[in-house]
Amino acid sequence: MPSTRDIRRRIKSVKNTAQITKAMQMVASAKMRRAQQAALSGRPYAALMNEVLASVTTHAGDFTHPLMEKREGDRRAVVVISTDKGLCGSLNTNLLREAGRFDPATTTYLTAGRKASQFVARTRRKLAAEFTYKDAPAFSEARAISKFAQDLFLSGEVDHVDVVFTNFINIMTQRPEVHSFLPLGEVKALHTDVEGASSARELGTASFEYLFEPAPTDVFAALLPHYLNFQMYQLLLEAKASEHSARMVAMKNATDNAKQLIKDLTLEYNKIRQATITKELLEITSAAMALG
Amino acid sequence: MASTLKLEIVTPEAKIYSADVDMVTLPGAEGEMGIFPMHVPLLTQVAAGEVVALQGGQDVHLAVGEGFVQITGDRVAVMTDMAIRAEDIDEAKAEEARRRAEARLQEKLSDDELAVANAALVNSLAQLKVKRRGRP
Repeated sequence: MPSTRDIRRRIKSVKNTAQITKAMQMVASAKMRRAQQAALSGRPYAALMNEVLASVTTHAGDFTHPLMEKREGDRRAVVVISTDKGLCGSLNTNLLREAGRFDPATTTYLTAGRKASQFVARTRRKLAAEFTYKDAPAFSEARAISKFAQDLFLSGEVDHVDVVFTNFINIMTQRPEVHSFLPLGEVKALHTDVEGASSARELGTASFEYLFEPAPTDVFAALLPHYLNFQMYQLLLEAKASEHSARMVAMKNATDNAKQLIKDLTLEYNKIRQATITKELLEITSAAMALG
Repeated sequence: MASTLKLEIVTPEAKIYSADVDMVTLPGAEGEMGIFPMHVPLLTQVAAGEVVALQGGQDVHLAVGEGFVQITGDRVAVMTDMAIRAEDIDEAKAEEARRRAEARLQEKLSDDELAVANAALVNSLAQLKVKRRGRP
């Protein structure tokens, strides 16, 4: 049987842990609110962008752009958007399982976030570039990643570019997803529940031709890279919102577990304490009786 | 058919404006454009400048940055990196931003940085233009 002192010590250490996890939970929930807000407010723009691109690609006639070129090869680049820090539950595990599905022989990796870089290094896969992004992702950070991916694609080094990221569904659910980035083909929305997203389909079937001003080539040349940059930005925002939500939930679980543990230990402690007192009383009374 | 246009102005941060309007004036890539309902479907670039929407007999002024606009018969969707209503523009802040962007342009910059600084400059200029209209 452990002594009361051992148990007291354990209670104290668990309490400390609970305090830390509680603080981390608070921090994560504050950050989560901001990240979630950013991700949600970007969605109308993303939806509209999708819609425009969808209608334009169906109505532009036989027009093509290098970024839309479909190639036969199976060399691909995969952008993995992970977190920098751990302690966010199974988020990275799930994400990297998805990232590991690609054939190592034909795949090069671009990573955003330290966990992804570590994963690529650990599994000895090909790493083309490492990117970082801050807690509040900046558009310029997204542009850097997107630019690199576009260059790889345009130079013919890879035939496909995919993005593995964690899609933010709600606070409790974040799903690792593979998003096809290049070539630009069928445009699909990340979230179909956003206002304006549904009309993309209606517009897609409408039978009018678009006018372009200036020429379609010019508009496309400006629109497509911008679309991709923005897409990457939105993916970063989604990943960030997912990260903070996952961390908050993980820390909340940790705090709850610690509290439960403290409760159990306190009960145990009191039992032992009472047993000791009872034993001492017994000893005293039996000693008194023996004397008397 | 539709006698009004649905004007939507969205930026990556938020939806700035969404309302039914009678007419819109936009700074197109090749000059000002006035859009009335039943306009032919058109996709074009937007330059930084002023958007004027005629809503129920009243003009609504907005400053917008560079972007794209998609026009269908009953809808005008503007996607831009900056959009702000005239009454929300802080003139001092815009002036400050303009000065900062101009100073930045004097430095040696990479292509990317140059594009960012240029965008900041035209955005602040557009805001100033909208704010100072009708004044000497």
